[in-house]
Amino acid sequence: MITDFTPWQALLGGVLIGGAAVALMAIHGRIAGMTGIVSGALSTAGSDKNWRLAFLVGAIAAPLLFINLPGQSLQFASDSPLWAVLFSGAVVGIGVSFAGGCTSGHGVCGNARLSPRSITATVVFMAATFATVFVVRHVLGGF
Amino acid sequence: MRSIVSAALIGLVFGAGIVISGMSNPAKVLNFFDPLGTWDPSLLVVMVSAFAVTFFGYRLVFKKQSPLLDIKFHLPTSRELDLPLIGGSALFGIGWGIAGFCPGGAIPALGLGEPSPFAFVAAMLVAMILVSRLRKTQLSTRSLTPQPSLN
Repeated sequence: MITDFTPWQALLGGVLIGGAAVALMAIHGRIAGMTGIVSGALSTAGSDKNWRLAFLVGAIAAPLLFINLPGQSLQFASDSPLWAVLFSGAVVGIGVSFAGGCTSGHGVCGNARLSPRSITATVVFMAATFATVFVVRHVLGGF
Repeated sequence: MRSIVSAALIGLVFGAGIVISGMSNPAKVLNFFDPLGTWDPSLLVVMVSAFAVTFFGYRLVFKKQSPLLDIKFHLPTSRELDLPLIGGSALFGIGWGIAGFCPGGAIPALGLGEPSPFAFVAAMLVAMILVSRLRKTQLSTRSLTPQPSLN
């Protein structure tokens, strides 16, 4: 499916994501990585769990609020079959657990700290994603 | 209480950034990774602008002794470029390329009420729980067996 290049929305969205990352560090002293926040919410107890769950609730509430603003709608298109979505969820879950981060934790926060681990992780996962999309779309002809 | 309200508002800003930039839309994400097909460079603009804000913002934040609501900054200390990091990142990229969902995009996308983000997040959570259990059992068996001393 074709999507339009939306540079201004992308810039605004990126600035908001970066702003949230800076605020989470300035106020809570935490890395705004979705993998770390989710895995911590699954395991740790007590007060450390509360801010994680609150962050997740806020993140999920964002599209709910946005689509109710006047004149706003959100584009969503996923043509992958259910088995591919479930399989990709399992592969991503295993991958980010071992890598200790994903696009937000390594790709935004870790790279901003110039962490060698995050720079390595970002190069590896971006390359793997380019290769996978190439194989799925141009070798296998899509799912 | 202050901590919960603040974390929820920061999560809301993060989620707003994801949906406004279109990163909750798997088709848009996958199109970035398809320069030979229906290419959409938006993801690059998102990552570069989020990186730039965080890069300069962190420099200001780390001039302080501690964050506002905690006694210290919680920062990863490991510096090793090991197999779990590289293999895990490769697996993550493969999974991301299959359906276009990553954790940071899929969790806010739950709020759209579409079925596929729920399927993705459910499978991801099960996998994360299984890996964490497996690693815990491995660690506890290892600590039970006498360790040969190094050096």
